[in-house]
Amino acid sequence: MSALSVTYAILFYLATAVLVIGVTRKIMQYAKTPAPLKIPTTPAPVTKQGVVLRMASEIVLFNSLFKSNKWIWIFGWMFHFALLLILLRHLRYFTDPVWFWVELIQPFGKYASFAMVAGLAGLWVRRIFVERIRYITSPSDHVMLALLVAIALSGMTMKFITHTDIVKVKEFFIGLLTFSIEPLPSDPALIIHLTLVVILMLVFPISKLLHAPGIFFSPTRNQVDNPREQRHLAPWAAKLDADRD
Amino acid sequence: MADFETPELKEIPEIPKLKEGAMAHSKPYIAKAEFQEELGFPGELLDDWKEKAIEKIGDLKSRYRSVQVFLDICVKCGACTDKCHYFLGTQDPKNMPVARQDLLRKVYRRYYTFAGKFFGKLGIPEFVGAAELTKEVLDDWYSYYHQCSQCRRCSVFCPYGIDTAEISMAAREIMDSVGVGQKYCNEILGKVMKIGNNLGLPEPALADTLEGLEEEVFDDTGVPVKYPLDVKGADILLVTPSADFFAEPHVDGLIGYGKVFHEAGVSWTMSSYASEAGNFGMFIGSYETMRRAALRIRKAAKDLGVKRIVFGECGHAWRVAYSFLNTLAGPFDFLDPNYPVPQHICEFTYDLIQEGKLKFDKSENDHMTLTFHDSCNVARGSRMGSKMNGQFEIPRAVIKAVCNNYVDMPADTIKESTFCCGGGGGLLTDDLMEIRVKGALPRMEGYKTVVEDNGVTNLAAICAICKSQFTKVLPYYGFGMTDIVSVHQLVSEAIILSDAPSEEAEDSDDSSE
Ligand code: SF4
Ligand code: SF4
Repeated sequence: MSALSVTYAILFYLATAVLVIGVTRKIMQYAKTPAPLKIPTTPAPVTKQGVVLRMASEIVLFNSLFKSNKWIWIFGWMFHFALLLILLRHLRYFTDPVWFWVELIQPFGKYASFAMVAGLAGLWVRRIFVERIRYITSPSDHVMLALLVAIALSGMTMKFITHTDIVKVKEFFIGLLTFSIEPLPSDPALIIHLTLVVILMLVFPISKLLHAPGIFFSPTRNQVDNPREQRHLAPWAAKLDADRD
Repeated sequence: MADFETPELKEIPEIPKLKEGAMAHSKPYIAKAEFQEELGFPGELLDDWKEKAIEKIGDLKSRYRSVQVFLDICVKCGACTDKCHYFLGTQDPKNMPVARQDLLRKVYRRYYTFAGKFFGKLGIPEFVGAAELTKEVLDDWYSYYHQCSQCRRCSVFCPYGIDTAEISMAAREIMDSVGVGQKYCNEILGKVMKIGNNLGLPEPALADTLEGLEEEVFDDTGVPVKYPLDVKGADILLVTPSADFFAEPHVDGLIGYGKVFHEAGVSWTMSSYASEAGNFGMFIGSYETMRRAALRIRKAAKDLGVKRIVFGECGHAWRVAYSFLNTLAGPFDFLDPNYPVPQHICEFTYDLIQEGKLKFDKSENDHMTLTFHDSCNVARGSRMGSKMNGQFEIPRAVIKAVCNNYVDMPADTIKESTFCCGGGGGLLTDDLMEIRVKGALPRMEGYKTVVEDNGVTNLAAICAICKSQFTKVLPYYGFGMTDIVSVHQLVSEAIILSDAPSEEAEDSDDSSE
């Protein structure tokens, strides 16, 4: 067992713990913070089903963003859906036998990486050249884009240029799932790829990547528009009513 | 007219270049100690304001999910950057919604997030968009959180629905809690709590005004339409913005509500105790203050023993009424359960029109071609009727029932995309005239389009703030100050009062010609 395998095994356990615990804590914080007032934004659905539909269209189609800005929408959507395909494709490194539908999407997942890089590049170009977006950009926003692009490019290097020993990689990760440490190949592209992924997992709960769980808790999007029919009262606000007739 | 330039109305509205600091000088007058203290806020800036402000951020984010989630999840995509009328009218980048949020977000990040604390210790908080809370930051807050009308246009267009209004409400509450309040809002709230309305009109003055109205309407129509005050046992309590009692064109709207009630044959009353529909507690982001004002309406309804509550034409008042009243002052189980509580006067009139209970002579409004300005708080913070988008359909249906000539403004400037009049959110004060005029630019561009292309002559609205604001700013853009009309003013012109003496009705027709 090489030092490399041990190091990366530890890193992945650590990153997974930080990701899971960090995001869970955030989700719990969002869930238990009350929304004292009804503030859905128009067009606000009047039923629960309506809210589910609205949320679905925001998450799948980026509906509001589409209304807002076609360029950001096309690049953003391209990036996110390519990323989703790629993540699903990566399930094959964690499952044995590989699930049927994961097999099915392999070819798409493979080329989705181009869409991912193109989407990110489009967003980055806008961040640099559109004055308004440049104004609201912090260095960390560039770093985030750089990180994602580098993850994609290092992955593509392995897929399309210097093939890595994928069978070994898979054994390593399946090993991690059963708490045994298998040897990890030491190709530079792979090591870079994995290191960057670990970094991404570590920063997830402390960065704007929280938009992923956060959108589900956005009160302007997840509330039913029925304030006249049903009294909506937060626990801290209910206490105020104690001294009232 | 003033010491600033009115922006030029463009044929095709464009997204302007940035002009950093263009509006940094805009600051409303600070509230005096007595008005601060009346609302339970410190009279002047606390010595330990910084610690207190940081503490208050923590308090608010634990009580408002909106604040906590919105401060966390903005990805700086920039989709909202060109959506705010104040940015479009001033070019000041801090008036871009996300930049406005960042004024608070950077402080939140510095003191409440791992990344901000970590890079703050390293001395480079700006690397992760964090910043120390300093006097300059507080000054920026005071300036730019009073350049937000809380219109929620940005929220419609944000992929996560981030609502800058929530952030500026929170920021104003933080400022109030350390002793820097805005004079206009806090003085008005003081008047509501003491006297019952924003204008500080006591009961005798109200009674007098309403009596005058009754005479005026009688002279005009020959019909004894009543404008009752504090009548116990009436069926309906009308709560209307106090501007309706005397400002133009507001009062013509009030005359209209009275005629509609008269034709409907219902008994109704106003209350001198709750003689204000508006609730500036929302503008300053204070739940407790908003609740105190709202409870006056509950008390009035109970004391007078009414069965229903109807609100007059006012935008933010309708948001507080529709979306918050039940929360703040409910449950209204002592009222007639057959009607929603509260109802909007447009819903009331619309229902009567649907039932065929009102007759109109539309030709009375033929000298005008109208368009409708969707007030932001009605459009994006409330609803009317039982269906989605009723807040757009119902007022338009009422206007079309009483007018022959109606045209909508361009689609991207109405309904959910409507542009604020520029004076909402507690900015309707002379010390903010520059931002009010500049912020009206996108609305004026939309209006100009239909004036030129469709011969529109008048702009109808259902908001007291919009009406006052347009009266002031229309002339800056070369339009007439009387272009703005109340929706129920149009109803009032066209409605046929069934008990009108026939000759006199004709007489009054002639005289109005
Ligand atoms: S649109 Fe929303 S997520 Fe994008 S920059 Fe504006 S506030 Fe942030
Ligand atoms: S709420 Fe309205 S005024 Fe405030 S930032 Fe958003 S668009 Fe501008």
